[in-house]
Amino acid sequence: MKALLIDFGSTYTKAALANLDPPGLIGTAQALTTASTDLLEGLQTALAEFGRAELDGIAVKRACSSAAGGLRIVAIGLVPALTAKAAREAALGAGARVLATYAYTLTSREIGEIRGLRPDMLLLAGGADGGEQRTILDNAALIAESGLGVPVVYAGNKVAADQASLLLRGRVPRVIVAANVMPEVNVLQTEPARQAIRELYLQEITKAKGLERIQREVGLAMPTPLAVMRGGELLQRSWQQSVVMVDIGGATTDIHSFDDGKPTAAGVILKGLPEPFVKRTVEGDLGMRLSAAALLQAVGAERLQSQLPFLPEDGELQDYVNRISASKDVLPRNGRESLIERALAIACIREALVRHAGHLEEAFTPSGRLWIQQGKDLTRADLLVGIGGVLAHAGDPYDMLRQALQIEDSLTLTPKQPRLYLDRHYLLAAVGLLSDIYPQAAEALLGETLAPSEV
Amino acid sequence: MPRTTTIVLGVIGADVHAVGNKILEMTFSDAGFKVVNLGVMVSQEEFINAAVETDAAAILVSSLYGHGEMDCRGLREKCRESGIGKILLYAGGNLVVGKRTFSQVEAMYREMGFDRVYPPGVMPDVAIADLRKDLGL
Repeated sequence: MKALLIDFGSTYTKAALANLDPPGLIGTAQALTTASTDLLEGLQTALAEFGRAELDGIAVKRACSSAAGGLRIVAIGLVPALTAKAAREAALGAGARVLATYAYTLTSREIGEIRGLRPDMLLLAGGADGGEQRTILDNAALIAESGLGVPVVYAGNKVAADQASLLLRGRVPRVIVAANVMPEVNVLQTEPARQAIRELYLQEITKAKGLERIQREVGLAMPTPLAVMRGGELLQRSWQQSVVMVDIGGATTDIHSFDDGKPTAAGVILKGLPEPFVKRTVEGDLGMRLSAAALLQAVGAERLQSQLPFLPEDGELQDYVNRISASKDVLPRNGRESLIERALAIACIREALVRHAGHLEEAFTPSGRLWIQQGKDLTRADLLVGIGGVLAHAGDPYDMLRQALQIEDSLTLTPKQPRLYLDRHYLLAAVGLLSDIYPQAAEALLGETLAPSEV
Repeated sequence: MPRTTTIVLGVIGADVHAVGNKILEMTFSDAGFKVVNLGVMVSQEEFINAAVETDAAAILVSSLYGHGEMDCRGLREKCRESGIGKILLYAGGNLVVGKRTFSQVEAMYREMGFDRVYPPGVMPDVAIADLRKDLGL
């Protein structure tokens, strides 16, 4: 028995073929994604790399997709630091691209913005259970009147759920009511909303995006980031290690952490909404192609130069960035450009890790100095896994990861000395696709794709 | 009673006195209130955020370490800015350091926009009775 696992990416369609019993990888193949015509064309091209005999006996087909813009969600909550943040976490945890997060009552201008963002669905939260309900009801009414025509997952104050769905029903294609993302102050509950988002994705979004045929023929199961996340969850569970993964793409850099992130030092007080054990952040301004210009701006030329063994000429960095921003498949032409590419990747990883991890703030109290922790403490993470072409094709991926981890600021809670791994066959999404149906085969694929650094 | 009345409770500022806070949580819960206890080292913003999300009827601020005056100043103004300007604000504990009489302290906190002010040693029952009265329960 074999399994065919497919990832329809925005640039490449990647196929992995695996034996289920005894479990093992047969091979991988990829071809350019054909989103403009028919996604299956690109898949056929990729599959042509396998021999006919190899393709015999496929019993399981499963696919994930980030093509056609991925799963695009706008998150709406009440207070920015509480339900708006909880809604955002839930959407990210469902593998979505969060286009924007809004708090309080939506204005007509914000409704206009949402229309312009063309989301696939809205995640509507607000109010603890039994708490404030005026705002979420106002927002439900505004969404109903707006004619946005976008499905809604309601995950706010349960007391207002019936009335909100009454307002929305018939005015939007679908309403699913899930349990509150923040049932009580400072209690985060994202799982029901994540499930509702996945249900909507499978039932409505694939239809709207013309992915029904893909769903029928190759079993489209989830957005790619969710598959990668499930791969990471399996890694954390089966190896019993706390894990951080960094996935560098052309447009975004994703970080996933699988760790409770509780304080690891004495005298630290944890504040704010608790962090999810499985946390994902997506940085839309940190990427190696489409977002390269934004990356240069976010990090600054000076910090990039400090990663280079030579002093770039005036405009050299900007010129290279302009060139790679313009196209997905531009590669460095010479040694200098390769080094700039490398410095960009390191900056990308470092900045994304700093934003994902928590930080400490000093507080002076009559009982001495204390630290207030916001976010996750990942300083003791056991493993750091690098994913993405820029690492997989680099000559010294582990050195790049190591350099990215060198962060002077002791108040930043990024991993300090994790063991380094590389997803060398780009199989983590495939692992995630298999993990619930064939966990043993998925584990075997993990073992094959994760390459440890030698040191 | 149509629905449970929610109150937000916490120790403000850089104050880590946790024991009284637990006692207040217990007694107010026993009295039938839904208590959102934010614990120790709570900032003004945290009090307000929690009150907005829960549609709370009152914010009960404790301060035991003498810096309460600095920590509490501006809370009423921030509540107004956040759309909960009419919420009941209570304060209690060792609210100031130095040799001031309680009536001076009370006047100062009243002027800062607090509805009730309690000196050290007041039993929770007193505040519970006041809260019921202020809310017309």
